[in-house]
Formats: sequence, C-alpha cells, structure tokens
Amino acid sequence: SMPAAGGGRAGSGPLRQRGARRPQGAPPVSALASRAPAGWRAALGLVTLLSFASRFHRLPEPPHVCWDETHFGKMGSYYINRTFFFDVHPPLGKMLIGLAGYLSGYDGTFPFQKPGDRYEQHNYMGMRGFCAFLGSCLVPFAYLTVLELSKSLPAALLTAFILIFDTGCITLSQYILLDPILMFFLMGAVLSMVKCNSCADRPFSASWWLWLSLTGVNLAGAMGVKFVGLFVVLLVGLNTIYNLWDLLGNLSLSLVMFGKHFLARVLCLILLPLTLYVAMFAVHFAVLNKSGPGDGFFSSAFQSQLIGNNLHNVSIPEHLAYGSVVTMKNLRMAGGYLHSHWHLYPEGVGARQQQVTAYLHKDLNNLWIIKKHDSDTADLLDSSSPVEFVRHGDIIRLEHKETSRNLHSHQHEAPLTRKHFQVTGYGINGTGDSNDFWRIEVVGRRAGKLIKVLRSKIRLTHVATGCILGSSGKTLPKWGWEQVEVTCTPYVKETPNSLWNFEDHINPKLPNISLDVLKPSFVEILLESHMVMIRGNSGLKPKDNEVTSKPWHWPINYQGLRFSGVNETDYRVYLLGNPVVWWLNLFTIGLYLLIAISTAVVLKRGVQLTSEHKGELSRVVLRGGGQVALGWLLHYLPFFMMGRVLYFHHYFPAMLFSSMLTGKYWMLGEGEAETRTENCAVLDGHFNSSHSFYLFHPLSYGMIGPMASDPSSPMAGLRWMDSWEF
Amino acid sequence: MLGFLKKPVVVTAEINLSLVALTVVGLMSRLWGLSYPRAVVFDEVYYGQFVSLYMKRIFFVDDSGPPLGHMLLALGGYLGGFDGNFLWNRIGAEYSTNVPVCSLRFLPALAGALCIPLAYQILVELRFSHCAALGAALLILLENSLITQSRFMLLESILIFFILLAVLSYLKFYNLQRHSSFSGRWWFWLLLSGVACSCAVGVKYMGLFTYMLLLVIAGLHFWHMLGDQNLSNVGGATCKINHVLRKACVSLVCHFLARGLTLLIIPVATYLSFFYVHLTLLYRSGPHDQIMTSAFQASLEGGLARITQGQPLEVAYGSQITLRNVLGKPMQCWLHSHTNTYPIRYENGRGSSHQQQVTCYPFKDVNNWWIVKDPGMQQLVVSNPPRPVRHGHIVQLVHGITTRYLNTHDVAAPLSPHSQEVSCYIDYNISMPAQNLWRVEIVNRESDTDVWKTILSEVRFVHVNTSAVLKLSGASLPEWGYRQLEVVGEKLSKGYHQSMVWNVEEHRYGKSQEQKEREVELHSPTRMDISKNLSFMAKFTELQWKILTLKNEDTEHKYSSSALDWITMDTNIAYWLHPTSGAQIHLLGNVCTWASANVAAVVYTCLSLWYLIRRRRKIYDIPEDAWQLWVSAGQICVGGWVVNYLPFFLMEKTLFLYHYLPALTFQILLIPIVLQHLSDHLCRSLLSKSMFSALTVAWFSSVCFAYRTFSPVTYGEPLSVAELKDLRWKDSWNILIRKQGH
Repeated sequence: SMPAAGGGRAGSGPLRQRGARRPQGAPPVSALASRAPAGWRAALGLVTLLSFASRFHRLPEPPHVCWDETHFGKMGSYYINRTFFFDVHPPLGKMLIGLAGYLSGYDGTFPFQKPGDRYEQHNYMGMRGFCAFLGSCLVPFAYLTVLELSKSLPAALLTAFILIFDTGCITLSQYILLDPILMFFLMGAVLSMVKCNSCADRPFSASWWLWLSLTGVNLAGAMGVKFVGLFVVLLVGLNTIYNLWDLLGNLSLSLVMFGKHFLARVLCLILLPLTLYVAMFAVHFAVLNKSGPGDGFFSSAFQSQLIGNNLHNVSIPEHLAYGSVVTMKNLRMAGGYLHSHWHLYPEGVGARQQQVTAYLHKDLNNLWIIKKHDSDTADLLDSSSPVEFVRHGDIIRLEHKETSRNLHSHQHEAPLTRKHFQVTGYGINGTGDSNDFWRIEVVGRRAGKLIKVLRSKIRLTHVATGCILGSSGKTLPKWGWEQVEVTCTPYVKETPNSLWNFEDHINPKLPNISLDVLKPSFVEILLESHMVMIRGNSGLKPKDNEVTSKPWHWPINYQGLRFSGVNETDYRVYLLGNPVVWWLNLFTIGLYLLIAISTAVVLKRGVQLTSEHKGELSRVVLRGGGQVALGWLLHYLPFFMMGRVLYFHHYFPAMLFSSMLTGKYWMLGEGEAETRTENCAVLDGHFNSSHSFYLFHPLSYGMIGPMASDPSSPMAGLRWMDSWEF
Repeated sequence: MLGFLKKPVVVTAEINLSLVALTVVGLMSRLWGLSYPRAVVFDEVYYGQFVSLYMKRIFFVDDSGPPLGHMLLALGGYLGGFDGNFLWNRIGAEYSTNVPVCSLRFLPALAGALCIPLAYQILVELRFSHCAALGAALLILLENSLITQSRFMLLESILIFFILLAVLSYLKFYNLQRHSSFSGRWWFWLLLSGVACSCAVGVKYMGLFTYMLLLVIAGLHFWHMLGDQNLSNVGGATCKINHVLRKACVSLVCHFLARGLTLLIIPVATYLSFFYVHLTLLYRSGPHDQIMTSAFQASLEGGLARITQGQPLEVAYGSQITLRNVLGKPMQCWLHSHTNTYPIRYENGRGSSHQQQVTCYPFKDVNNWWIVKDPGMQQLVVSNPPRPVRHGHIVQLVHGITTRYLNTHDVAAPLSPHSQEVSCYIDYNISMPAQNLWRVEIVNRESDTDVWKTILSEVRFVHVNTSAVLKLSGASLPEWGYRQLEVVGEKLSKGYHQSMVWNVEEHRYGKSQEQKEREVELHSPTRMDISKNLSFMAKFTELQWKILTLKNEDTEHKYSSSALDWITMDTNIAYWLHPTSGAQIHLLGNVCTWASANVAAVVYTCLSLWYLIRRRRKIYDIPEDAWQLWVSAGQICVGGWVVNYLPFFLMEKTLFLYHYLPALTFQILLIPIVLQHLSDHLCRSLLSKSMFSALTVAWFSSVCFAYRTFSPVTYGEPLSVAELKDLRWKDSWNILIRKQGH
C-alpha cells in the first residue's frame, strides 16, 4: 500500500480511540445485559394472553362488510376462484387472506360488493381470525423488542400495555385488511434485527444465522404486502451499513472475516428476500390463471396467458390487411383500447362530434375497420378480390364498426390537454373528409414492410396536421363516462402514450396462425406488473375539492376513520387511537428529541463523565433509542412528500415505533434511580392507558345508540376533539 | 500630529491581474452584441409581460416563483426608460422601438459575467492553487449554455450569481473563523452569505436547495466547534480581554446566535422585504385579481375596490349580499340560483327533488344576490338600528329575484350522490317541509360574538336540520344546469376546507320597501376603507400561499425534457430562429465540458469511497490536510450538484434543460479540483506529472474547440444548411433546418 503520510495524527485521535474501544467494551455490557430480567417469560405469557383476548373479543361483530374489507375480501375471493385481477399492492397479503379463507372453508362466492353487505351464511371468520391472529402477535413482538433493547421488564411491559390498550390497533387488527399482515412482518423484521444485533458478539453462530435470515424473510414479507414495507427495508439497511462500518473499523478483524460478514448479509438480507419476493409473484401468477377484471390493465402479450381471455391460445391472421376488423391498444402501462360510442362531445368542448376515448375494458365499441384512404371497402369484402396487406407508411382510414364513423382529428383543442388536438368520430357511413387520413408507421421499420398484429408498435400520424394519435392518460368527466382522453399530440416525441398495437384481428380471407411465440418471460411479467402497480399508485390523487387526511393530523389523533355505520341505529365502529396513549407517545417523542440532542451535545463537549456512564448514555439514548426513533421517522416523514390520497391508518406502523419509544423512555432512569416519583409516574401511565381504554373501548367493540353529542349516549362527554365523528 | 509628513503616504494595492483579465473577458463574452437579436427570445415572452406590468404598476400573480427576479428584470426596464407598452405574445416577434432591449438584458448578462470571477474566488477559498482557480473560471467562461442563458431576459444567470456569491461569502467567513472571529470582515461575509441565500431564493425557489446545503454545512462546522475544547460554553464576562485569552472568551453561544441571526432571521426578513417592495410597487388591479380573496382584491386600486368602497361593513338582517366561494377553484364563483329546476330524473336514473337549482356562477349577475332574513320575522329590509348578524346566529337566505329560500334536504346531489342536494324552495304546504334554516359560523372569528363582516369574514353555513355544510363540489353541471358549478350540502364535513367557506363580497342594506327608505338612509351605516385593514403580513401570507398552490395546467412543451436527459445533454432548446437567414440560437452546452464534468464527479466519488474505506482500516494514502481539502471541496461542489439536480426527479412540473444549469455550475467547479488532486497525489514521478500536464492542455484545447464550434448557435450567427447539419452531433438535438426549395 501507499505510505501513510501523516496518518494517525493527533487530530483524529480521540474519536478513533472511542470507536476502537467499543468492541472490547461490548462483551461485558451485553454479557451483563443478557441476563434477562427475572419473570420475563411469565410476563410474556400474560401480555400475549391479553393481546389475543382483546383482539378476538367480539371478532364476528359486525357481521357485515366493513370499510376496505370490500377490496381485500374480494381479492381473497379472487385467489380462491383463481381469476386474474389488478391491485396497486403486491400480492402476498391478499394471497394469505385467500389462503386463510380457503383453509377455513370459505368458498369464494361472497361478492364483497360494498361496505354494509351482510355475510349471511358465508364463512368470513377464518379471514378475520387470521388477521386478528397476526395483529395479536404485534404485542409480544413489541414486548420482546423493547426487552432486548432496554433489558428492562417494566419498559417492555409498558410498551405491551400501551399497544394492548390502544383502540386503534385493536380495530385495525379485527378486519380483513392488509395492515395487520404488514405490521406483523414489519415488527417481525424489527425484532429479528434487534435479536441479531445482540448476537453480534458471537457471529456465525446458529442463533445469529437464524435471526439474520429471519430478518430477511420478514423484509420480503413486508415488501410483499404493501410497498410501504420499503421503509422497514430502509431501516434494516441503515442498521446493516452501520454494523458493517463498525466491523470495518475493527482492525482486529481481518479483511477475509469482514468479507464473510459482508457476504452473509448480502445473502440473508438481499438475495434471500429477493428470491422470496419473486417467488411470491410466481405463485401469484400461477394461481391466477383465469381471465378476470384486471385483464385490461395489462399488455396484449400478458393477456394471452389467461384462460378465458380472448387472446388465450389465440390464432389470428398475422399480418394486417385492408378490410380487417381490429382493436387497438395503447402501449402505455394500463393504457386502454381505442374506443368510440354514439355520444357526442358536449357543447363547448371542441367540435360537437362523436367522442373517441380509450377504454380499459373489452367491448364491441372497441372494434375498428381498416380501410384505404381513397376507396371504400365494398370491393375489399368481395371474396374474389385479392387480399391487400397494409404496409408501413401507408395512408389509411379507420372506421368505427358500430357507428360507421371515421377516426378524425382537426385543429380544435382537446377536452383536457389543451395543447393537443381533439380526436372525434366523423362522417356518415364511412364517408368523411381529408381529416380522416392517417399515416400508419411501425416503430423502427423501413417503408414497405408488412405490419404484424400484436407485435408491431404502431404510430398513427394525422396527415393534415402532422400530429400523432395518443392517449393522455387523463380521465374524462361524467360526459365522457370517465373513460380516458384520446388526443392528437403535435409534439413529435416517442412515448408509449402515442404508440399502439393491434390486438384482435378478424379477417375471414386470411389464414389464422397460432401466436404462442408471443408468450412473455417471467421477468417481463414481473416488470410489467410492477410498472402497472406503480402507475396505479400514483394515479390515486385526491380530487380538487376533496377533504383528505393530512400527515400532521395523525400523531395528534386528530381524526379517525369510519369503519362501519353512520346513523344512530347502526352498529358503529370508528378507527381512532386511544387518545391518552397517543398523546403520551407524542409527548415522549418531543422529550426524546430534547434528551437526545442534549446528550449528543454533552458528549461532544466532552463533559467529565466516567467512561461507563458515557458508554451507557450513548448506548441507551443514541443507539438503542436512535433505532426506534429512526424507525418512527422513516415510517412517518415520507408521507409528507407523497402526492397520493392518504388515510389515517397509514400512520399505524409509525405508531408502533413511537409506542416502543414511550415504553423505553419512561423507564430510562428506572434501573439506577428507583425513585418513588418515577414508579408513581409509571403506575400512573398504566392506569391512565387502561382507564382510557375502558372509556373508549366502544370505538372498537361497537357503538349502538345515540351519537356522542347526545347526553344519553355511552360516549357522551368523550368527544374531546370536535373533529372526532362518533 | 504632523506625523504624516515624516513618512510618505503609501497606498499598497494588490491587484490580481489574471482576475481582472478574466472579468473583462467574461464581460465581453456576455455583453457583446447584447441587443441582437432585436426580437423576443424564448421565455422573454413570459418574463416580459411581468416587466410590462411592473412598469404599469398592475398587480399580477406568477406561480413560477417569488418576485425578486422579476423585479430585477423590471429594474432593467425602468433604467432603460421602458413604458411597458409591448405586446408579449409570440416568440420571435420584433421589438418595437420603445423597448430598451439592451437595458432589459443587461442585468442578467452582468450577473452571468460576474460568475466567472466568483468561480475563481471560490476555488481560491477552497485552498486550491491559482492554476486550478484559473481553470474553473475559464471553464465557466467557455460554457456555451451559460453564455446563452445569460444573454437574454431570463432568470437563471441571476440565480447562479447569487448561489455562487452565497457559497463564496460563506467560505470567506469560514476561513476568517480561525483567527479573526467577530471581526468586521467576519461579520460582513457572514451577513453577505445570508443575504445572498435569500436573494437566490427570492429569484427562484430552486435557490432553496443551495440555501439548505449551506445551512447543513454551517451546522456541521458548528458541530465541530462544539468539540473544540478551547471555546468556552457561555459568555466571556469573567475573562480579561487580552490577546491570548480572547479566542477562548468568545463563547459558543455567541457563535451560535450570530449564525442563527445571519443565516436564518436575516434571510427571512430579506425575503419578506422583496414581497413588501413587490406589493408596494403593484397597487393597481389587474388580470389575476380573481385568484385572490375579496379582501385582497379590495385593497387594489380599481377593480373590486371601486364597487366595495363605502359599502356597509356589518352584515345585518335584511342585508342584500353576494356570496363568493373562498376556494377560487376551478374558478371564482358566486352562490347563484335561477328559475330552472333540477330535472326530475337524471341520465343515470336517479331522481331529484325537482326544486329550483342552486349553483355557483363564475360571472357577476343579478341572480347572485341573496337577502339575509331573520327566521322569526317577515321583513326583508334592514331595521333601524340595523341588527347585525353574529357568529352562531340562525338565518334564512332568500334569493333576491325569485324570493325562494336556500334549502337542503336528504336528496342526493346531482353529481355528488354522497352529498345533499341544495335547492331554492318555498313551502306552500304541498310536498316537502322546508328545511331552510342555516347557522352562520365565522371561521376566522376572534371571539364567539364576532359580527359577520363584509369581505373580511369567512363564513360557513351549517344546515340546522341535517348539520350539512354548504359546499362547492367543483364539478360542473350538465346541459340542464348551464355548465354552472354544483353546490351541495356536505354531510360528512371533515375539518376545514376552503370549498365550504364563503365570504360576502358586494353588500348593501335592503331598503326596497318605499316607506322606510328615508329612515334607513338617515341611519347611515358604519363605513370603512377595507384596504387599510389588510396588513402587509396578511397580504404576504395570501400571496405566498397562492404562488405555492397555484397549479399550472400545461404539462407539455415542445422542448421540455426529463431530468435524466440533462446529464448527457440529450436535449436542447431552440431559443430563437431568424425568419429568413439560417441564424438561430440554441441552449446547447459545451459538449466537452459536460462530459468532463460527469467524469470528474465519478472520479471524485470513487476516489472518496476508496480513501474512506482505507482510512477506516487505518491506511492513510494522502496527508490529513489534503484529505480535509478534498472533503470540503466535495461538500460544496458534489453537494451543490446533488441538491440542485436530484430533487428534479421528484418534481412533477414541466422541466427544461435550463433547470440543470445551477447543478452544472457546481459540477464544472469540480473538474479543476479533481485534476489538481490527481496531479498532486497520484502522479508521483516528474515524468508522469509532465505527461499529465500535457494531457490537461490537450483536453483544455478540446474544450476551446467545442466552444468555438458551437458559438454560432450561442450568439446567433447566420449559418448555411450544411453547417447546421454538421452541428447536429446528436440525433436527439433539435436543430432547425429549413427544407430546401421552399
């Protein structure tokens, strides 16, 4: 190596010594700490029991569809029926729901149409029970995590009781939702990570490998349920980088050993989760092999794999010819079929001609006939005349089959994208004007070549104005039946928005051939489904005049979510955190920030402390607490930057972290000081959370009777904030 | 006393001639032939209209950024004696003689030219050699895209100037820190840094990124000071002021407060002052009035103020009012009704109440007038003395022309079936009972007994029977509703939303009953001038909020590009094309510089990672102070590039190549840094050093060559078709070539 000129000078001395000392200092601390407090097993049993009792209490109530059960229950049914559907979340959560339903004897016949539908004889308890089971596991997980981090039984107990008595966590665990499943994997990952960290003194031991690989498994689980699982992946990733950096600085560790550490983590935290994640999708696509409501979101190639889809095992004429009847699909992800119907554009929206839109579903109105621009098809249909193929660069006319109008564009502005031109259906019985002429081109092909159905990427250029037919992706208002806008864009830019392919192709004069070659590879399917999911997620934008939940509402428990029931006679369930618990959490976060900043400054200023104290302070406040606080930040702050619609329940993963922080911090000085005031404060905390749970439990377990504004209601006087709606 | 006679008076001046030379050349490169082309170039068409409005003192709202940049451009127009009379409607339009083109373009060009000495100084302050600093300045000088962007009435060069100024003054301050804290110069540079940051933010919100970067760097530096045991914690009162102890006496708290004051408070104050000047200059009503609230509009000369002047302040029973929805989206509109009724059945088969329609109408109309009525009394005129309506009072609203009552009931609204239909209705005991009582809730009340005031009060109408809230749904009704906007009763009114809030705009006391007319006039109501009532802070908050939330619909432009295209310069922007000759101006960078800047960033990152890992294993490849220099240069240059570039990947607005220029400037500064580091630390033998120098010279001449090649499209010199075709180095570049024979 190069000479270490000037290396190891005084400037970097103190810092380095401190860093270097830790590995030697670590074993005694963890040896001392690994003596877990007496009675932790009994306490674990107690909290687990309480947790299960609170989550399974009145689980069958209400016996109708609540809130998002309408989505996730329905999707569970799709898995049982094996019909293909589309959702913005990855498949694991819904697959597990489907599995739970299947094992418990649910046959997938309940339609889950809208909230409030009664289940009647259908067996829904299996699915709810499964979610409640996972939701109940959160409490012992949090208990064990805090116990591992703080080595203090009261701290762990406080965390556990906070979660047991939180009405929000109970409500969210009791229904067929993705959240309990997500939070299960999330807490599982955190617990395994913390366990693995405390095995750091005996690397490559069996328990070390176990916890490391469990971390990986749980990460895959969290990512597989919802994309917000990414935040816990980040948390674990940062923790791993920190650990590796620490190991790298340990000069007693050879580079070979470091390499082993590094590879072990790559294996368990990257390769293993990735494999599991991909496997999940493999199962997903293997199970859903029948055509269903999600077909239209995917490309033609993808659809050809689904049983029952018109493209499945299809044999169609390969090359496009004049006189063919076709459907055209936009190539953007989740792009629709070129569509028209008898309805006209309303007054004031461009010319008052027939609407042309993009439609995601299969429909007879998606059919178009390809004609020559200068002659009619009458002679083409004549069976004796020779087939004439369409070639790259030809000028054609597209006639809508149902209405016999031509695809037409002109220099009127498009309804939504004002800088584009309007596209309409024009003419009577196929007779229009020169604005109906389009030049058909295949991307990356030279003139004169034939055009392949399904495989050629087509661009349609309007001859008169030079604009290109495209779909803007914007949804038309009511008058356009909320279909997608089709425009003619004057900006000549190659985007999937302005490219199309031919999907159906009917021409009796041509021989049909099988198109099995079209079959996409698994990697292509995986990529495509991710693109569609991401697009779907970013499409969930709040409308202009809609009141939405804001991230700053959440930690202050500003407003809940109505799960079931509106009127006085209904069985009402309202998702709202236990206000005492939540405000305590909020207060603790503030307190923690104060303590952490002052500790960091004190350490930096080098205040005279015994090294034991110093180590203890930095370990407990900055490292252990830092992990939990970082978890809270990572699960909360990103929501401020999200453009999509947000709901209150998005905060619950962050809430788990802040509850752990609360448990840890109210017990901070407990080990040393044992002062009476602190004990009182803790008891007070337990009492308050359980008492407020007693007050607010009807939120989760159901309210019947008058609203809280009525003095005779059981919730009278409990509407502490005007924004709560119960 | 006469000491000066004994010694000669000597003025010693140190003049860095290379710096002077650079500045002069820079000025020449940016200012040469500034008034050519004498036509509107690219975004001048956009900024020009604001300059004209400044000249005419007419109020406008521009959602693209805060006002400092516009004001500086307008200053150019003011100094050139521009009267604002020019129609900014089309790129390429010839300027009329009253437009002082040169003076309008002077300030951006000057700012662009001054970036060259700033770059030189920054490298010097980062403690790199004169040679490296010279290199940085020359690279900025020869960067075609920066030249093009500086030579027109555009904001980027001003923004880059302030960004570089902020960085330079922070570095000067930081270097003074060691030996002369709290000296005059120390204060000057610290203060200048804060003010320059604020100016950068004031020109474009992009400046915020660099401001944040400097705040983080200042925070880091302060964190290191915390670890410095030589500094005392709190004040130095007990210390004797002598030279040895002086350093220790200056407390950390003072340091902290000084930074807080200059880097946080003063920038905010400066930023506010931009708006103060802006609002003072623009006092006439103009084209964007309707975006603002009624109170704001009333504070402008002309426009709404002409109508509202002298109208009674307090709304009383019997008042005749128009109600404007506060949201102002999708357009401003007033609560409206007309004799037409809701169709019995909608297209989708749902039924309606078939009562009189209530809508929100975007134009002034006699049907927008409503009368506030006391449910307990029959009269529709203001009593004597007027009885004001207060927060919490229950009123009926009578439609002036049709004398029907505003009503809502448990019938689904036409387009928002989850909300209640709002109608106008009189109960003749035929069908439904009337449900026309509304509680007035003043949202911005100070106390619960506040009086409902014209323009100033923001009011919610809560329906007494169903507690639904009167709301503008934002949807526009079909044919039968004349495409007016739908108004509904929102039952699940979650929290506060502006679509549920209304304010009284026009207001007069009702005196339609002839006999009482005289009585009412005798008791003339309280009058006030509302414009004086709106404080600067209220105006600022509103304007700032509108600037930040106003959405521009146009998301597509012929020359828009994605952030990924910039790094490889896969895109360009045609700024101007001569109508007859082939002369054209493009925003096109120096290919050689862009590529080298990317290479420099990659080399810097890889080398840093390598050093970092080796240092962790206690292997020190370079001396500690060289490492410190390397790190601090990276903080500024790589940090500046990252903060000015990466955020664009998260943005949803229309992006153009010129958004990349601030990031590019930082990246260019990195080139000489990397080169010097390589030559100092990696070229060990004399031979390799001279080889390296030769390579550097060769590379620099290729930069000059690229500059020379593209300078015709930078300065707009006429070119033949063949020459233009030769310039199209990349297929994705859009160089305009006229078809032959046309």
